[in-house]
Amino acid sequence: MAKHLVQTRLNGEPVEFLCDPHATLLDALRNTLQRTGAKEGCASGDCGACSVLLDGRLVCACLVLAAEVEGCEVTSVEGVAQAAQLHPIQQKLLEHAALQCGVCTPGIVVAAKALLDRNPDPSEREVRYWLAGNLCRCTGYDKIIRAILDAAAELRG
Amino acid sequence: MTNESKYRFVGTRPLRHDGVDKVTGRAQFGADFALPDMLWGRTLRSPHAHARILRMDTHRARALPGVAAVVTAADLPEVEPGPGPVNLRDLSCNVLARNKVLYHGHALAAVAATTEALAAEALELIEVEYEPLPPVLSLDDALAPGAAILHEGRAPKRYKVSGPTNVAARCEFSRGDLTRGFAEADLLLKRSFRTQTVHQGYIEPHAVLAQTGADGRSTLWCCTQGAFMVRHYCSALLGLDSAKLRVVPSEIGGGFGGKTTVYQEPVALLLSRVSGRPVKMVMSREEVFRATGPGCATRVEVKLGARRDGTLTAARASLWYEAGAFPGSPVEPGAMCIFAPYRIENLFIEGFDVCCNKPKTTAYRAPGAPQAAFAMESLLDELAQVLKLDPLELRSRNAAQKGDQLAYGPRFKEIGLTETLSKAREHPHYKAPLEAGCGRGVAVGFWFNAGMNSSATLHLGGDGGVSLVTGNPDIGGSRASLAMLCAEELGIEVERVRPVVADTDTAPYTDLTGGSRVTFATGMAVVEASRKLVAELCARAARIWDCEPAQVTFHEGRCLPTAASGLDHSPLSVAELAARMAQTGGPINAQAQLTARGPGPGFATHICDVRVDPETGRVEVLRYTAIQDAGRAIHPSYVEGQMQGGAAQGIGWALNEEYLYDENGALENAGFLDYRIPVASDLPMIDTVLVEVPNPTHPYGVRGVGETPIVAPLAAVANAVRAATGVRMTELPISPPRLLAALGLKQNGGAR
Repeated sequence: MAKHLVQTRLNGEPVEFLCDPHATLLDALRNTLQRTGAKEGCASGDCGACSVLLDGRLVCACLVLAAEVEGCEVTSVEGVAQAAQLHPIQQKLLEHAALQCGVCTPGIVVAAKALLDRNPDPSEREVRYWLAGNLCRCTGYDKIIRAILDAAAELRG
Repeated sequence: MTNESKYRFVGTRPLRHDGVDKVTGRAQFGADFALPDMLWGRTLRSPHAHARILRMDTHRARALPGVAAVVTAADLPEVEPGPGPVNLRDLSCNVLARNKVLYHGHALAAVAATTEALAAEALELIEVEYEPLPPVLSLDDALAPGAAILHEGRAPKRYKVSGPTNVAARCEFSRGDLTRGFAEADLLLKRSFRTQTVHQGYIEPHAVLAQTGADGRSTLWCCTQGAFMVRHYCSALLGLDSAKLRVVPSEIGGGFGGKTTVYQEPVALLLSRVSGRPVKMVMSREEVFRATGPGCATRVEVKLGARRDGTLTAARASLWYEAGAFPGSPVEPGAMCIFAPYRIENLFIEGFDVCCNKPKTTAYRAPGAPQAAFAMESLLDELAQVLKLDPLELRSRNAAQKGDQLAYGPRFKEIGLTETLSKAREHPHYKAPLEAGCGRGVAVGFWFNAGMNSSATLHLGGDGGVSLVTGNPDIGGSRASLAMLCAEELGIEVERVRPVVADTDTAPYTDLTGGSRVTFATGMAVVEASRKLVAELCARAARIWDCEPAQVTFHEGRCLPTAASGLDHSPLSVAELAARMAQTGGPINAQAQLTARGPGPGFATHICDVRVDPETGRVEVLRYTAIQDAGRAIHPSYVEGQMQGGAAQGIGWALNEEYLYDENGALENAGFLDYRIPVASDLPMIDTVLVEVPNPTHPYGVRGVGETPIVAPLAAVANAVRAATGVRMTELPISPPRLLAALGLKQNGGAR
């Protein structure tokens, strides 16, 4: 089957790649573009470890076809920090010790960014429901929620 | 509880060394490795829970263009069971089935091809002829007269029975006189409890990349709790010299005991040896659920005798644990744990390891203990209720103390059970008022914690920084805790220690990351190696000062002359001594290796508030507090994290999680949508209280902390549900249908 040529922007830079028609965005990111920050935990949209932003919207990269991102702006975890400067969400996750194994962390970072981009002052309940699609098996979420609330406060200044 | 005055770093909360890599997506987990010319491997899995393999034909798969290798059990040598605790023949048969398939999803064959899609296509071309056998899907099935037998002709261990049985082993512990003990009681209570099969639920599926060169030397990159364990099993299963195999542990995306064995690692290695090319295998989530882990289903029967004042006079327990396809459930640790928190003079415990047609169970955080504690702590709750005693007071009256003897022999040294119970009683949570329809439960958890073998190597850099090399995959912050112990000893900043998790060619031997042992045991090796490094630094200072090493002492990162020496020299810092290494005797490294004796038993007391919706049967956890004796919390944030994570996992086990099988033994909920682990909106904040009763055998008093927190929640939740509804749930999970049925039974007067 012929491959598709996809032209898109990834973390602010133009990229183009070839993909099978059935390949997911997650396949393209991880196996074609070598951006392995997004993780595959389930391939069914249940765990959120592959969370990325598609034109600013939070999606599971495992549920998006690679061919669909033609002309879009994709933001993956690799694009959240600016050069050597961590995003406040990343910094607060570290300060609150809000990761143990760290495999869900890239998805949490991207999902939290999507939340704070649209709601700079979420309640604990809002953070919990927003993150309900991002599974973490290690932390019990307590420190993650605190870190995101703290990051929100810092971003508000 | 404060130790700031005593220590400079221990007890502080520095940023973890691997943190930036993990928040930026740079950390490499199991599936993040790739090599040029790499093939993709896929596994053919059994569609039957129990069947004889009559014939397998792989010719058509091999002939498919793009397929480079196809392997089956016929390509593995037949291995002997071996002397170790793990039966290598069983392990081999689990990795690739031989003669029989024993569970739905059991691996039979594997293919390596140029793409994953092609490998999947090739699997379809493998022809297998089965003779289906009746599946044995529960303890009741397995133990029924005339049950189909998984392992014909295999005699159980320490269990005499006439005729074939699915019981693989029996264990027994006893003390005192049970008959007398029960006769002394004013009250007898007896009840049976059940739990279902659950999965560890780590978010990262098993992944491996194997490469073999023309010289027969291989390298494996994989996510595992123990690279040396992988090397040992792969070498043994393939009949290889372990010197020809290097195992590189990736970052590990959770394990909880589930990554303490091998599945596709030997198969990927075999495929790479056959094809001569790198082979990558990554399990799907469905494969993880169907064919790895799980934690075992159990039935536990407990009988307690007590005086009116609550003193326990006797206790008896029988435990039946599902081993799954091959012998080896954690029934023995379950039996050892069940009465461990309490001083009971007369007791008898027996445990049965029972095979059935489910995946071979693997360790799951405090293996065997949560199920046993669910039974004991539920029955104690009932006892408190009958005696009209505060449930914490009942536990305090019977709590084990220093010097008390465990059912399996040893006596406790310093333990913190009583302290956790007192902290629970004093906690505002325990005194807070409850709304109507809500209930509060408490429970105690116990875990031994493990010691085992560990090593650590320190390399001093020319600038005074230190690289700290161990072979323990960092599953939850152990790089940080080990580096902190090293920094404390050497008196250098934590950031100046670089903790390295190295491969099997580079790291000195260590047992796997498990049993809550790394900060305890590998930590002891780090402290010992650090002290050797300090001794060498003192020797170098002595050389510079032209005095005896005994005339040099080390304090807060600097060598200085002892007061007794009468010498007058300016102190030399680690960095100054490092800068002069070449002139004072050359490189400075230190290594320590040990078998860590005396792990400190861990105790916890948990408090849980729930609200029950009588319409739907849904249980909501409103408030949760975990109190635990950590011995010494090296990095308190990561200790709290273990307590919170364990509590959350236990809440999931109590309320939601279970394997659902159809009548043929096919798993019906092999995904995160239907096997629902707790999500952020299911849980409240989880409050933690650290108790620190130092473990006398560790230089800093460390006990393990990782496993104890999952032991108490099952009963804490169930006891809260009883308080809210008046219904005692003796079977987990307390899912809405199960709770609704029980509530309906109560309304009809059928339940206590």
